[in-house]
Amino acid sequence: MKWGVIVFPGSNCDLDSYYLIKDVLKENVAYIRHDASKVEGFDVLILPGGFTYGDYLRPGAIAARTPVMEPVRRFADAGGLVLGICNGFQVLTETGLLPGALYRNRHLQFRCVETLVQVENSRLPFTAEAAEKDLLRMPVAHGDGNYYLPADQLRELEENNQVVFRYVDSQGVPDPAANPNGSVENICGVCNREGNVLGLMPHPERAGEEALGSEDGLVIFRSLLKYFTSQEVRGGA
Amino acid sequence: MENSLHALGYEGINRVWVGKYMEVELAAGSREEAEKLVEDMSERLLSNPVIEDYGYTLEEA
Repeated sequence: MKWGVIVFPGSNCDLDSYYLIKDVLKENVAYIRHDASKVEGFDVLILPGGFTYGDYLRPGAIAARTPVMEPVRRFADAGGLVLGICNGFQVLTETGLLPGALYRNRHLQFRCVETLVQVENSRLPFTAEAAEKDLLRMPVAHGDGNYYLPADQLRELEENNQVVFRYVDSQGVPDPAANPNGSVENICGVCNREGNVLGLMPHPERAGEEALGSEDGLVIFRSLLKYFTSQEVRGGA
Repeated sequence: MENSLHALGYEGINRVWVGKYMEVELAAGSREEAEKLVEDMSERLLSNPVIEDYGYTLEEA
């Protein structure tokens, strides 16, 4: 199984994802440049966190129009698995691969805190190793994480089980106090209708080792691993 | 900003909104062509239709 981490000018969590895959999971991973015209031989693509192009215009807006996003779009359209973390999530909404937009935090402040996140859909390649309603401790670090979607599209999102993660309190309640940025319905992670593109604001790659305070983020990477391992077994039979 | 305006004694201010103002210099054969170009670039890049509205005025150089 091969993982690709896309690097834009201003990405700053690319190494975190790379490290987790290579040194913690002992898996095969490579960087892909923002100006690459081809993306081939990868099973999963990760768009990492950061401040691509200095957040000029809107976070993710410029990165969404870089050359590499064309083959990424083709990869996603063909069913390839794409994971956008933080700024990567912003890039995916800006390309239209994910619905909605990430707006300035309601209180206008940058937030760097640990959040508690509930798994709302555990039937995806990204979450199959988690149980429904599992609580994950993962940090957020962003100024533009306020997820927004017009009411009619929000209903559609909920009905299609595209809300994958929500900020909650320790009882699993999506309380406003558990919401670090004002996101609508405490949403912090969504997938596309087909379920092969996922974006989330919390950082699973920064919650992959006990030394970092939480290993809960690993479940996303382990789910993807398992998904491919079982496919390879099926393919070989 | 709203608080600051109130602190300066401006009464009757109910809402303050900050938006973006951009100037684009472009070459176009006609006014219609310029309008089409501006609308196209506004929808594809300059604004995000999910969270932003846009308007524009054209001036001949």
